[in-house]
Amino acid sequence: MTSTLSPGFADPVTDAQSCFRAVLDAMARPGRVHTVRGVSAPMPLCEAAGAVLLTLADHETPLRLDPDAAPARAWIAFHTGAPIETDAPAMFAMALSLPDLDTLPNGTDEMPETSATVILQVASLTAGQRFVLEGPGLREPKVLTVAGLPPDFVAIWQRNHALFPRGIDLILCARNKLTALPRSVSIKEA
Amino acid sequence: MKGYNFAYLDEQTKRMIRRGLLKAVAIPGHQVPFGSREMPLPYGWGTGGIQVTASILGGGDVLKVIDQGADDTTNAVSIRRFFARTAGVRTTTATAEATVIQTRHRIPEKQLRDDQIIVYQVPQPEPLFRLEPSRVETKRMHGLADYGLMHVKLYEDISRFGQISISYDYPVMVNERYLMSPSPIPAFDNPKMDMMPALQLFGAGREKRIYAIPPWTRVKSLDFDDHPFRAINAPHPCGLCGATDSYLDEVVTDDRGGRLFVCSDTDHCGERRAAGHIGADGFQEAAE
Repeated sequence: MTSTLSPGFADPVTDAQSCFRAVLDAMARPGRVHTVRGVSAPMPLCEAAGAVLLTLADHETPLRLDPDAAPARAWIAFHTGAPIETDAPAMFAMALSLPDLDTLPNGTDEMPETSATVILQVASLTAGQRFVLEGPGLREPKVLTVAGLPPDFVAIWQRNHALFPRGIDLILCARNKLTALPRSVSIKEA
Repeated sequence: MKGYNFAYLDEQTKRMIRRGLLKAVAIPGHQVPFGSREMPLPYGWGTGGIQVTASILGGGDVLKVIDQGADDTTNAVSIRRFFARTAGVRTTTATAEATVIQTRHRIPEKQLRDDQIIVYQVPQPEPLFRLEPSRVETKRMHGLADYGLMHVKLYEDISRFGQISISYDYPVMVNERYLMSPSPIPAFDNPKMDMMPALQLFGAGREKRIYAIPPWTRVKSLDFDDHPFRAINAPHPCGLCGATDSYLDEVVTDDRGGRLFVCSDTDHCGERRAAGHIGADGFQEAAE
């Protein structure tokens, strides 16, 4: 290692709190897009993905890291202390493209909370393909626009949603914006 | 406050609780275990609620704490002061001004908004606890959505008393999947949980469980087609503000059977009186 690591949160307590509230609100109201005060995460991570990692990951959360995001490995390891690519079942997956959800823990019927959360970095949350979301947290169906999801995402998600209460939760990040798709939400193409 | 982290809990604990909260929101009504910490107040005084509040609270939040609807009881005053000291947040007694409301056993009368979060203090998160003492068993029952036992309990109530005899902590189904304890709020408050615009979080400190109801989620009080759920309230208007649609506390006023019925939500009652609504006993008070 010759390069120096970029810093984490400027103010760890308040930055983590405000990022968490953004994720919490996005999880509670699926598809609502929040702007977060980011961090200068190293390439290829975007600001929002870096902020979410610093907010939620630590030594208790085994993390699966997308091989394409390997340049950020030292930064994540230093700032969060999360065990990366260990044998332990991953609690988080940091991905640049949607991983095969079947390879991640999706919980058990009695302990559905033991499933993994995928932090997925996408190209955009303001342009791209339109999806219609329905479920808890939404008074009426909501349209979410995302660029960077696989073409068969709706079918993949429907399989994940059908597992409820088991299933994977997604946090979508693009630049300094984020939103979330909990397993409870059903998704259709607009 | 010197010597403490913001909002008392250390960051590692907050992260652990925050991860639990996100899972709880993603699985509405499911009890997520968490590593409940020892707090500077005894179990049963809201340690679960406090830990949830501490994990979500930010400098810009305005906190309201109620205990059985009242802002001025010991529990409410101490928790409000606790966060004013450890987090330096602004506190309020006005429901409309608050962004985070921590509550013990009531939901405010005023309809909560999209930008508010309500945190419930929960003594016993397991709705099946009185029917099945084994955690292992109740976990399995939740996993299989096997809630026959609770329906039998309600049926037995009807066959013995002619009605369902639960007046508080009345069990609900969340999002048509999980049986959930609404915490010991009066059954009167149950309908407010259904399709509430605000996020509802529940913390049980001693039992080490967190659960949640996202906004706009179906919350149905268990009942039968021929014995529909009915919210019970004392058949009186509030003695101070005259409200007929709020939950009432019965106050014994003398040794000759004197009774006064007043709003349990002190902020609601105060607001109504400030707006000129005066109940039958309110005049007396003003005249004295």
